Amino acid sequence: MTPFYLFAAIAVGASLLVIAQRNPVYSVLLLIASFGALSGLYVLLDAPFVAVIQIIVYAGAIMVLFLFVVMLLNAPHEETPYDEQVHPLMRPGPMRLGAVLALGLVVELIWALEKGAESGRFAGGAVSNVGAIGRLLFTEYAFAFEVTSILIIVAMVGAVVLARREGAR
Amino acid sequence: MPAPSLGDYLALSAVLFAIGAAGVFVRRNLITILLSIEIMLNAVNLTFVAFGRALGSADGQIIVFFVMTVAAAEAAVGLAIVITLFRHRESLNPDSFTALKW
Repeated sequence: MTPFYLFAAIAVGASLLVIAQRNPVYSVLLLIASFGALSGLYVLLDAPFVAVIQIIVYAGAIMVLFLFVVMLLNAPHEETPYDEQVHPLMRPGPMRLGAVLALGLVVELIWALEKGAESGRFAGGAVSNVGAIGRLLFTEYAFAFEVTSILIIVAMVGAVVLARREGAR
Repeated sequence: MPAPSLGDYLALSAVLFAIGAAGVFVRRNLITILLSIEIMLNAVNLTFVAFGRALGSADGQIIVFFVMTVAAAEAAVGLAIVITLFRHRESLNPDSFTALKW
């Protein structure tokens, strides 16, 4: 069994469980497992920079933010008594929609695999050098990089303004 | 089993994206909906890296860097909105926020 199928199985299984969980805390923890598997896939794709960023930024920072908010709100029980009794994925609406989505996905996958069956192994010449990525980031993508920093400042100010209590000065 | 090809990575990415989309439509919990959006963003990231590897280019990895930044900003603002909504209604169900619904 190649590592690809192992990581793919973990990623898909954990992502499915994220959606199927009632308690958001379990959802967040399972999503971290899914991100770990994706990080392994990035290593297989000769992209160690993205793999490490995936762990540090996604699993380390963004998911901890989610976990913090989930625990701050302290609302593990969702919705109404009806929702407590019926599993989220077993309600009539989601069942019908899920069936349609799954059917569409199967058709799409069969179509894609029919089309791209001959695209075999990856060619050589992967860019796995972090220095090369950094050089590209600060030359060709320098403008996008600076705009990203403005985006982060705006998001930070927006989050502070939104989450501030009314009337607090 | 044969070594995974570009098509295998794209198929996995499609499956993950479909799971995320299904989560957004199916779940009635704002936190889980935001988590599903993160699943979709990661599926797209996997596509970028796989194509970058297939084309022998570093651009895919750089785009992933920007996508992650946008995801972080989206998570921060989205969670701030969720906190504000929860303070108003004591609920995380999007069906209970209908003040702007016609």
